[in-house]
Amino acid sequence: MHEVFTKSMARNIYYGGSLFFILLFLALTFDSQTAIATRDNHENLTPQVAAGKRLWETNNCVGCHTLLGEGAYFAPELGNVYKRMGENKEAIKVWIKTRPVDGVPGRRSMPQFNFTEEQLDNIAEFLKYTSEINTNNWPPNIQG
Amino acid sequence: MQYQSQAVAKLYFTAAMALFLAQIVFGLIMGLQYVMGDFLFPEIPFNVARMVHTNTLIVWLLMGFMGAAYYLVPEESGRELYSPFLAKLMFWIFLVAAGLTVVGYLAVPYATLAKITGNDLLPTMGREFLEQPTITKMGIVVVALAFLYNIGMTVLTGRKTVVTIVLLTGLLGLAVFFLFSFYNPDNLVKDKYFWWWVVHLWVEGVWELILASILAFVLIKTTGVDREVIEKWLYIIIAMTLITGIIGTGHHYYWIGTPGYWQWWGSIFSALEPIPFFMLTLFAFNTINKRKREHPNKATVLWAMGTAVMAFLGAGVWGFMHTLAPVNYYTHGTQITAAHGHMAFYGAYAMVVMTIISYAVPLMRGQEAKSNGKQVLEMWSFWLMTVSIVFITLFLTGAGILQTYLQRYTDTPLSFMVVQEKISLFYWMREASGVVFFVGAILFLLSFLPDRKAAA
Repeated sequence: MHEVFTKSMARNIYYGGSLFFILLFLALTFDSQTAIATRDNHENLTPQVAAGKRLWETNNCVGCHTLLGEGAYFAPELGNVYKRMGENKEAIKVWIKTRPVDGVPGRRSMPQFNFTEEQLDNIAEFLKYTSEINTNNWPPNIQG
Repeated sequence: MQYQSQAVAKLYFTAAMALFLAQIVFGLIMGLQYVMGDFLFPEIPFNVARMVHTNTLIVWLLMGFMGAAYYLVPEESGRELYSPFLAKLMFWIFLVAAGLTVVGYLAVPYATLAKITGNDLLPTMGREFLEQPTITKMGIVVVALAFLYNIGMTVLTGRKTVVTIVLLTGLLGLAVFFLFSFYNPDNLVKDKYFWWWVVHLWVEGVWELILASILAFVLIKTTGVDREVIEKWLYIIIAMTLITGIIGTGHHYYWIGTPGYWQWWGSIFSALEPIPFFMLTLFAFNTINKRKREHPNKATVLWAMGTAVMAFLGAGVWGFMHTLAPVNYYTHGTQITAAHGHMAFYGAYAMVVMTIISYAVPLMRGQEAKSNGKQVLEMWSFWLMTVSIVFITLFLTGAGILQTYLQRYTDTPLSFMVVQEKISLFYWMREASGVVFFVGAILFLLSFLPDRKAAA
């Protein structure tokens, strides 16, 4: 009874199963990289957007916000913030620009980053580009 | 302890525990910031506290895994460690790199840190969990390679057991997948796609191999059950881990610009991901029930059982709760995710590191187990930490359900910050549970202090 299922059978399931699913995953990944091209809004990926993404990263925005649902859950989702703010880049810039240095007493506050006008443009462009990625209709509503 | 060189593990375990305390302190800071938004602002903004919280977690778990490997591989391989010197050297490099990185997070604005560490040359910073400066990441690669070489040479020139082979596979995977942290394309969708190759394929892939092999080692030692039986379990558990977990990566590819078919692949395979965790629980309980000896270190056996149960609850049950695409559509990126993250990391990884520390540290001091009093203290720490993480998880789940409803599900969705204020009661309760957790962690460390000499 004990030997019906032997150690070598278990080992073969491990090696065979892993190998099979690694290959399947690679195949799906390969297909995804092609399929992404119709969804990832890369036609609008300008140098300005790339610079905005860099600013997004080097200021650790993801440390408080989510972007397409990934990140920290301390501050609002920003994947659709461009749409939430009425497709208005200027509104995004003004919001970032006007954060008080010492925060708002008692409330969660965004730091004042002292961005230049050019940097603000880049960030706004990046958020616009992000909002136009095809996310299968996520988030469910404009509140993110 | 059979081999002198196993003692290098002590360095790693000590540093791991120090970083664990730092992680909890910063967790408490963040927890307070959730309800008192201006706490420590702008000196330690939330994002900085969070980087310290998550990065110290990652480093202390890696330190714990390395310590575990340095302890168990010589014993399994039946020989001294290939190079104890290299192990010590890498420890100090790793610790200094981690320490400098944390100091960098706290001392200067993140953008400044990016600038002075040359992020422009190879931008890898500013992505969740991979916030480390690029040079720190390179340091991690060096440490990981030297570690793998050291462990690999010990395994390959010694007796090969299933435990060491599985551990080595897991560690190799850990090093290989970390390399994807250097890939950061401008295309956000591709960036996110391969970011998960580090994050998911670590915690829901190769780390589970490391977890299972450490647990198998401890169970072999503490129960005296036949190695053949344990090895068969080990193979079948990690087989299920990889069979479900690799395609299970798809549960992260629902809403980030990836094709819709991932909703099927991700839902189906990640729904199966609890299976290996359930098997791990069966394995631990079966093995302990069929034990051939009563190991004097009862606290370790408790940790081993606890790891299996909590890993199943945290990773398995709480993971399943929000893994199906139609559910995840509403819960994605809410406090539900945070709830799952806390119990899964504690249950699977924090606990297995504490299991091996609980087992190995007394042996490194030449005793099979600690005194009864110290073991009782350690069991108190087990229950305080475990029960409080259950409550942290439950409160975050409550917060998450309300958040999901008020912000996403109802016909009249409210804005993020309005919802956050409505659910603040749950955050206060989470913070209180966090304080209890901190007490538990302190007790765990105190239980390793030497016994007072009996009064003459």
